[in-house]
Amino acid sequence: MSERKTWQEVELGVELPAATSLGYKTGGWRVLRPVWNASECIHCMICVGYCPDMAIPVVKSEEGVTGKGGRVFKGAVRLETNLNYCKGCGICAHECPTKCLSMVREEEAEQASCKL
Amino acid sequence: MGVRRAITGAEAAAEAMRQINPDVVVAYPITPQTPIVEQFAKYAADGIVDTEMVPVESEHSAMSATVGAEAAGARAMSATSSQGLALMWEIVAATPGLRLPVVISLVNRALSAPINIHCDHSDVMGVTTLGWIQIFSENAQEVYENLLLAIRVAEDTRVQLPAMVNQDGFITSHAVEPVEIFDDALVRKFVGVRSLNRALLDVEHPKSVGPLVLPDYYFEFKRAQEQAMSNVFEVYREVGTELSAITGKQYPFFETYRTDDAEAVVVVLNSAAGTAKVAVDAVRAQGKKVGMLKPILFRPFPYSEVRDALRHVPVVGILDRSMDFGAYAPVYSEFRNALWELDKKPATQSYIYGLGGRDIMTTEIEAVFEELLSGNLDPQHQRYIGLRG
Repeated sequence: MSERKTWQEVELGVELPAATSLGYKTGGWRVLRPVWNASECIHCMICVGYCPDMAIPVVKSEEGVTGKGGRVFKGAVRLETNLNYCKGCGICAHECPTKCLSMVREEEAEQASCKL
Repeated sequence: MGVRRAITGAEAAAEAMRQINPDVVVAYPITPQTPIVEQFAKYAADGIVDTEMVPVESEHSAMSATVGAEAAGARAMSATSSQGLALMWEIVAATPGLRLPVVISLVNRALSAPINIHCDHSDVMGVTTLGWIQIFSENAQEVYENLLLAIRVAEDTRVQLPAMVNQDGFITSHAVEPVEIFDDALVRKFVGVRSLNRALLDVEHPKSVGPLVLPDYYFEFKRAQEQAMSNVFEVYREVGTELSAITGKQYPFFETYRTDDAEAVVVVLNSAAGTAKVAVDAVRAQGKKVGMLKPILFRPFPYSEVRDALRHVPVVGILDRSMDFGAYAPVYSEFRNALWELDKKPATQSYIYGLGGRDIMTTEIEAVFEELLSGNLDPQHQRYIGLRG
């Protein structure tokens, strides 16, 4: 952890640099984690549009990624949810047409990833 | 040299605002403040000032918009009284922490209940713990000069805190007196233009204002705010010296009147200080050595200077125009505190007077001097001047 400022060093009038929320990792609030099964995903972007925290990254893939039924999806594809900002609301899992997202309690997800 | 004009305390405040020419003025009418903004609105409507006047639906909005404008980088002012200040309270409390040098006129009026429109100091004494610079004015002339002084002290980079300039409701705000208005060009040069180095609307340097600050940092910000308040003394002196060059007057933290050899002194704020001076003269004419001390800069409070001014006085009577129910009255508390450091302490007596605009007479202050000189004191209990029963 970085050294905290003293009272002589703090910003006048509590004025901080703009867009400081980018540096504030809100994912720590999460109770449920969305676990993504990429092999069932059809990259329809419905989860991306619904995510209230813009926590699902999208990239352009020329070579494509393998999704549901072994099909290769090219162009805009989603990646793993950014857990620094995902608050675990579950909207993505609720909206997913292929049910490739499931909400798992954080501690269970942690244990599962440790076993891996 | 200025021009002497017959105007009220409210008009004197408006004159100061005309010369300050703030970017933004936001206010909501309330007796007895209304004539300040009424007069200033005429200046705005007639194009005499460049100010953006913002009419709003309440004092809560008035102070919010004033603070918003000041945060944006404007020089913003307002004015209020009593219930208006009470409704502003939430934003009044936030302003010093944001370090925004808003300057407002407070026309002192009793707080409800019972509802009352006349003068006492219960409005201002409810906000003295919030971190505003508090300046008190005996008459319309002082209102005018104190506003000019306040804007420069508040905006100084060592301070950057809001300031309230107090005057007594009706007694000062509505009474016509000769007021010397100094040369526009000289005063405008003195007040200058607010530095924009902290403007929120500086798009080249985007920033956040008013973020959440939790236990890890809140304490540090508040300590920094206290430092700014203690810097007020030196800035007040410097700015006062500069203003003296225009007005030829002095700007002390408090005024003493015939205290040098005094055997009894009364302490009193605002307009009643004028009454007390007449009483001092009357008692002096009887051969008794009495004097008066009038606090001007009340926040920050000049403890050591007050202590030095009163250390030789055997007895001090402190007159409060408000009460702190179940505790010592606000002005009395400060003076009792200030004198506590002395090995040989003056005796003190607390008096309450003038609540809800009740007049105080010179004869009543003369009676206070008689009592102080007689040694009939009860420093544990406040006494009441002009109260029935």
